[in-house]
Amino acid sequence: MASTILKRAITNISSTSSTSRLILLRAHASEAQAQQVTPKATSTTTLKKFQIYRWNPDTPSKPELKEYEINLKECGPMVLDALIKIKNDIDPSLTFRRSCREGICGSCAMNIDGCNGLACLTKIPSENSNTTITPLPHMFVVKDLVVDMTNFYNQYKSIEPWLKRKNPPEEKGKEILQSKKDRAKLDGMYECILCACCSTSCPSYWWNPESYLGPAALLHANRWISDSRDEFTKERLEAINDEFKLYRCHTILNCARACPKGLNPGKQIAHIKSSQPKA
Amino acid sequence: MGGTKVQRLSGMQKQVLSLYRGFLRVARSKSEEERRNIESVVNQEFRRNSKEVDRKNFQYIEYLLRRGNKQLDQLRNPGTIGLSSLQIDFLKIN
Repeated sequence: MASTILKRAITNISSTSSTSRLILLRAHASEAQAQQVTPKATSTTTLKKFQIYRWNPDTPSKPELKEYEINLKECGPMVLDALIKIKNDIDPSLTFRRSCREGICGSCAMNIDGCNGLACLTKIPSENSNTTITPLPHMFVVKDLVVDMTNFYNQYKSIEPWLKRKNPPEEKGKEILQSKKDRAKLDGMYECILCACCSTSCPSYWWNPESYLGPAALLHANRWISDSRDEFTKERLEAINDEFKLYRCHTILNCARACPKGLNPGKQIAHIKSSQPKA
Repeated sequence: MGGTKVQRLSGMQKQVLSLYRGFLRVARSKSEEERRNIESVVNQEFRRNSKEVDRKNFQYIEYLLRRGNKQLDQLRNPGTIGLSSLQIDFLKIN
């Protein structure tokens, strides 16, 4: 990989002026170094076994854990790299969602060795033991590691995640301004990427996935409740002031443990609870 | 039930029938031509699965129910005009 990038750099540089020739020399030197290093790296192999949940709706049989063995020396450091390598080299039928490979899209949420997380942000665990990869727990499986997120997204939709105003902005056609202090209130909430790691790690959500909104949706509810520009705070609080929607949170705090972005949905839910008018 | 020959249906069988009924009901809101098309596609799909799917494979039947309900929701959208299906022979591809 590295050497091909360097080669491309060289072809680009060689057609330009003499000042860049210094860089060209340097590039040559490092390319030679890289060639010396690569055979050493591939000479030792570190094999690792992955057990991956497989289920295909087109061949109706029971789900199974299938074992794949890959050489970690030829693979990137993250679990997603291993999955992509397995899909490329061993079994093209392996199905999983992935997109950005840098933890901003939230597509590759799955259960790795019993913990929910993004495959692209989770390092491949220590080399000798097997790693088990399964879909997010308590979600309906569509195929292999792909789960049905309909209910999760509908819950997000139900909290109306958009700015709602009673009065139009003071200056027509201008945005509504916010002080730095008000903006700081949204820290720890706006970062949420809706990967569903938190909701699917919550035992309370497992038992009541239909009626309890779950940590992710409640975190977003609090994001709009706390927004200084939103004028429907009272109505929003009222809408989720429900024994099931909100109060199924028993502060188990698995959500904070699971969140790959390091957020704390439990804290935001506590904020909603404390903002509710006292009876 | 005391002498009557009414077949007792399981919960899942009822769900399948109500899904089928849901499709037929939605088909009525579409154009006459599309209605006949939807009815034949849905009928074929249900007949085929009733023959091919093992009646004890609950996991798979539940999956089909979820998929069917999702497709029904999409069909309910007034913007959806019709329904079409496509036959893929997996043996020929491989």
